[in-house]
Amino acid sequence: MEVLYVMWLRQIKKYWRSRARMIGSLGQPLLFLIAFGFGFGSIYQKAEGGNFIQFLAPGIIAMSILFTAMFTGIELIWDRQFGFLKETLVAPVSRPLIMLGRTLGGATVSVFQGVVVLLVSLLVGFKIGNPALLPLALLFMFLIALLFTAFGTAIASRMDDMQAFPLVMNFIIMPIFFFSGALFPLEGLSGPIEVITNFNPLSYGVDGLRGALGGVYHFGLFADLAVLVLTTTFLFAAGSYLFSKIEI
Amino acid sequence: MKDAIITIKGLTKNFNGFTAVNDISFEVKGGHIFAFLGPNGAGKTTTIKMLTTLLNPSKGDIVLNGIDPTKDKDKARRSFGIVFQDPSLDDELTAYENMEFHGAIYKVPKRLREDRIAYLMNLVGLFERRNDRIKTFSGGMKRRLEIARGLIHHPKILFLDEPTLGLDPQTRNSIWDYIKKLNMEEGMTVFFTTHYMEEAEKVADTIAIIDKGIILKTGTAEELKGLTKTKSLEEAFLKLTGYSIREERSGAVDNLRTAKRIWGR
Repeated sequence: MEVLYVMWLRQIKKYWRSRARMIGSLGQPLLFLIAFGFGFGSIYQKAEGGNFIQFLAPGIIAMSILFTAMFTGIELIWDRQFGFLKETLVAPVSRPLIMLGRTLGGATVSVFQGVVVLLVSLLVGFKIGNPALLPLALLFMFLIALLFTAFGTAIASRMDDMQAFPLVMNFIIMPIFFFSGALFPLEGLSGPIEVITNFNPLSYGVDGLRGALGGVYHFGLFADLAVLVLTTTFLFAAGSYLFSKIEI
Repeated sequence: MKDAIITIKGLTKNFNGFTAVNDISFEVKGGHIFAFLGPNGAGKTTTIKMLTTLLNPSKGDIVLNGIDPTKDKDKARRSFGIVFQDPSLDDELTAYENMEFHGAIYKVPKRLREDRIAYLMNLVGLFERRNDRIKTFSGGMKRRLEIARGLIHHPKILFLDEPTLGLDPQTRNSIWDYIKKLNMEEGMTVFFTTHYMEEAEKVADTIAIIDKGIILKTGTAEELKGLTKTKSLEEAFLKLTGYSIREERSGAVDNLRTAKRIWGR
């Protein structure tokens, strides 16, 4: 238990101490909220979609969690480059437990980031539908965070340095974000884009968050929960396996 | 004679056609201080990595404290401690937090951990700096802290990969005194590499000399000197391994492995 705690605590401390990173990573969600939110607002209203900020904010919260979670997962590569990974690898601790400590730490940091973006979106006019459902929204945030921290760690287990990072950014993280329904409604999609969004786990995260904060689900509450839990379990297992295969 | 705590038979490691360690066999007796000497790129670090579960051997058998570290990794990990050749501290954490992290993941009880951390940090002269982040430390300070950290859990076998590189004689002496004390009092086996021949001569019970992945000779410092008809271990070492300057091969190996990782196996 204490092993888990110190691994978790390390992630939190590292995050807390890099204030620049904290503030810097608020820039992008804010930009998306304002530029898209107000830019597309009137056209969205004319198409009888309602208030666009109301639609967009959960997507942007999910985005900031996605980015933070993937980055904290991929931070494993820094540990490898600066040597600290060796210290963890020779420790008499089972690999799934190391993985769990890292993932929980990364997920906590990401949820915190998501909550900050939620607060910011309240400032630009977002309204929470039913405050009693906030714990459910937090649960969805946590699931998104866990899923993508585990995913980031799994990817990082197979990478030796940051050279491949732009590849991951442009071919994994960005597509996951853009094909998730964070920016546009999933209703009425057809063809390949419908298939892609249905296979994207973030779609279910965004949907769950949007449902919990605004009351309308596309896939349904239980479908969202089930997909997120199953995918997280799978990625966690895969990540633990890949992590246990690391050689230095 | 005491029983062997480390037994290696036919150990081999290939990296993409380059043989870093080539069919080596030797034993380390329990409670001994064992020096593993060799020029740069001889295969010392690769051997240590195989012994400490960081690399899987291509061939050969290892028995470490009665355990096969290639199979029963976690059990093997409980029996050793290691101080790496290159840095392995978390720069963003303070010195104390790095020590605390180590103590916790090695499950040293809290009270005992606090006592040992304070003692060891004083021993390496860093207690005053305990709340400073590692990124403000000099190379020598990091080295000292890493040695202190490797000793928190009083391992049964301690691996030290060039532990005293870049340390002044005062620090080297006080660290070796403490290691020898643990060796005497707790029967801790010490397996270390160094380029300081007089250090090996002074502290080691047994010395093995490795070059180009092959063990050339094993014995006490006296035996090695007798065998080569030389007066000092340094002369014996040079006579055995030759005078040519080696290329540091590990860099190239690392690059190859990086390329291999990125472009798929």
